[in-house]
Amino acid sequence: MSDKRRKLNLRTGHVDLSHGSGGRAMAHLIADVFHAAFNNEWLARGNDQAAFDVGQGRMVMTTDGYVISPLFFPGGNIGSLAVHGTINDVAMAGARPLYLSASFIIEEGFALAELKQIADAMGAAAREAGVPIVTGDTKVVERGKADGVFISTTGIGALPDGLDLSADKARAGDRVLVSGTLGDHGIAVMSKRANMTFDTDLVSDSAALHGLVAAMVAADGAGIRVMRDPTRGGLAATLNELAQQSGVGFRINEESIPVRPAVAAACELLGLDPLNVANEGKLVAIVAPEAAQGLLAAMRAHPLGQDAVDIGEVIADDHRFVQMTTSFGGGRIVDWLSGEQLPRIC
Amino acid sequence: MCLAIPAEVTELLPDEMARVNIDGVGKIISVALIENLKVGDYVILHVGYALTRIDPEEARHTLALLAELGGVAEPAS
Amino acid sequence: MKYVDEYRDGNRARQLAEVIAATAAPDRLYRFMEFCGGHTHAISRYGLEDLLPDNIRMIHGPGCPVCVLPAGRIDMAIALAQRPEVTLCVYGDLMRVPGSQRNSLLRAKAAGADVRMVYSTLDAIAIAEQQPAREVVFFAIGFETTTPPSAMAIRLATEKRLGNFSIFCNHVLTPPAIQAILDGVDLADPDQVALDGFVGPAHVSTVIGTRPYEYFAETFAKPVVIAGFEPLDVMQAILMLVQQVNEDRHQVENQYIRAVNRDGNQRAQAAVAEIFELRAQFEWRGLGLIPHSGLKLKPAYAGFDAECRFEMPELTAADNPACECGTILRGVKKPADCKLFGTVCTPDNPMGSCMVSSEGACAAHWTYGRFRDIQRKAS
Repeated sequence: MSDKRRKLNLRTGHVDLSHGSGGRAMAHLIADVFHAAFNNEWLARGNDQAAFDVGQGRMVMTTDGYVISPLFFPGGNIGSLAVHGTINDVAMAGARPLYLSASFIIEEGFALAELKQIADAMGAAAREAGVPIVTGDTKVVERGKADGVFISTTGIGALPDGLDLSADKARAGDRVLVSGTLGDHGIAVMSKRANMTFDTDLVSDSAALHGLVAAMVAADGAGIRVMRDPTRGGLAATLNELAQQSGVGFRINEESIPVRPAVAAACELLGLDPLNVANEGKLVAIVAPEAAQGLLAAMRAHPLGQDAVDIGEVIADDHRFVQMTTSFGGGRIVDWLSGEQLPRIC
Repeated sequence: MCLAIPAEVTELLPDEMARVNIDGVGKIISVALIENLKVGDYVILHVGYALTRIDPEEARHTLALLAELGGVAEPAS
Repeated sequence: MKYVDEYRDGNRARQLAEVIAATAAPDRLYRFMEFCGGHTHAISRYGLEDLLPDNIRMIHGPGCPVCVLPAGRIDMAIALAQRPEVTLCVYGDLMRVPGSQRNSLLRAKAAGADVRMVYSTLDAIAIAEQQPAREVVFFAIGFETTTPPSAMAIRLATEKRLGNFSIFCNHVLTPPAIQAILDGVDLADPDQVALDGFVGPAHVSTVIGTRPYEYFAETFAKPVVIAGFEPLDVMQAILMLVQQVNEDRHQVENQYIRAVNRDGNQRAQAAVAEIFELRAQFEWRGLGLIPHSGLKLKPAYAGFDAECRFEMPELTAADNPACECGTILRGVKKPADCKLFGTVCTPDNPMGSCMVSSEGACAAHWTYGRFRDIQRKAS
């Protein structure tokens, strides 16, 4: 019996069912793809769980699934997106993200080179954010039973004392701040979808926002009521959720909402509304009116908040409408998106 | 009805196709319905086809008229 | 965006609103129908109703190709998509439109039908080339604007000798629908809406020109102003209509001169005339059967006609009897007058077509105008 390692063929090889069967092939895949990419002391111990010290105070925990088509898009791929998205869900509580886990469901026949690219992007994103992926899992399903690869991630973080942000805390008079341009991620991804392709230099805004959040908490944590990252459904979905949770309405100003010209153009082309388009590196903060200026300044001082703006206010409204004053001075309701966002001809 | 937007022709391609630009978004479209198209022309784009050329003179004329109308408006009391 | 942003200037719009208010006679009501969903959408999205004086009423017309497609035609498309050999290519708008029994192409797709969303007929042709073993059918809908791209697809398929491409044709014509609305108006009938003028289609007119409307202006003595779809275009067109009414004129005027002329796009007209011919009649949701209002492929192109190729049985489906889409499409009722509006029928769960397309009068009102109803109740 030779225990000689046969290297995985990461250039032209494919994932097969043996890579998920608990045998030697699986051990090789985990070592050569995931451990190589994530590379930290917890994984190196080779356990099915990670042990670590917990500080005083409250923890936050979040879990998330990633399914995206196409898997690779301008500005990132499913791997970097999974890290950023999970860190952001932790960060939106005002918390400092500490550790991530990652679980992969891979379709038989998936190219090892692509899997490595995804894992490498995850590792790089985690290192850059300073939040290690300390435990994981791999499953392989038969061809046709998954769309290449699905990733589930869990993140945990530590909450600074005295911070309790929550979706039911928006009050009439509060201000609505957004950290930058809207719709970049959704349009960048859409530009590569079959039968819809268009050329654009736009890249996804996928980014980890915990640094920006830390700067805001340091500036005036007590002034923040709630933060959200407006992913699926865009700003419209986020504000409608908060309106429901807090029992308030919103009035936002169309003219102050930042949208890149190319995003606006792609939305015109396909008949979409930038307010419904996904973001992966932006946050919305509902803040006390007296804290708005200070927080805005803190956001603008951070690279991920340079274009931060105050786009409007929370209002008392039993109907819980999100209203927008159009650039015309007229009014409209900004509703949830109905069903999935479909390009229109009329 | 009929979502259509102005697009600038940036390159004429074989088979009556052209590349257009809409504020940084590029798309290859059919220009088979338009005669004598030139790079720099603006067209109205609908479902991948140019339907008509925009007349820059007439566009200016409309804007001038709108400006004139705005100019005579009495301030609301 | 050039040729767009200039026509979305809010200050200009407010100035124009003042001119309109000053021009409109305070003691009379002006009722204008914007035929097109594109105008409906602009009016709602930019809150133009808030800018207009109270005595100018905009009535939403049936000009939304998704809204006027009867449920039976959706059922036919679903039946086609369910055939194992068929790949059905559709514009995104059609995915959620309810057929009968609340079925839709989106549901058919979830149940296993091969339905693909495309941006253009060119994409459908490409799919047919990539999949020679599949029958690729394009679900063609729309007015004169969207018909030339379908005609060009047939031309292309003929040139490429594509034996596996066909279209399910539902193209309809604007003038017969306007005629049907005007014919239906009985001024003595309180349930009928009286109209003082029309805002005419923008993009349809780029293809057909302004000439076809001259007959209505003449015959029915109603002013028609062809207008672009940007908010300032609509405002200017309303001003032009007010002036015509004040001066007792009924002419066809063209506000959208940057893209529309009297004769339209003759190349596009020729392509359509080469491939398509009039149907004796076609059903419009809300308006019923309208003579000579729809197109079908000429016999010479029967091979590309999905209805012939697959011997598709004609299906008709009754709309929900409580649904007021029909009267709303004719401008007789407003969305909020419908019992289903906002209760049973919402964009998430549309009962009628007017709630599906964002151009539909009900969807536009739901998204952009609901709080006005509440404000009215409150005041």
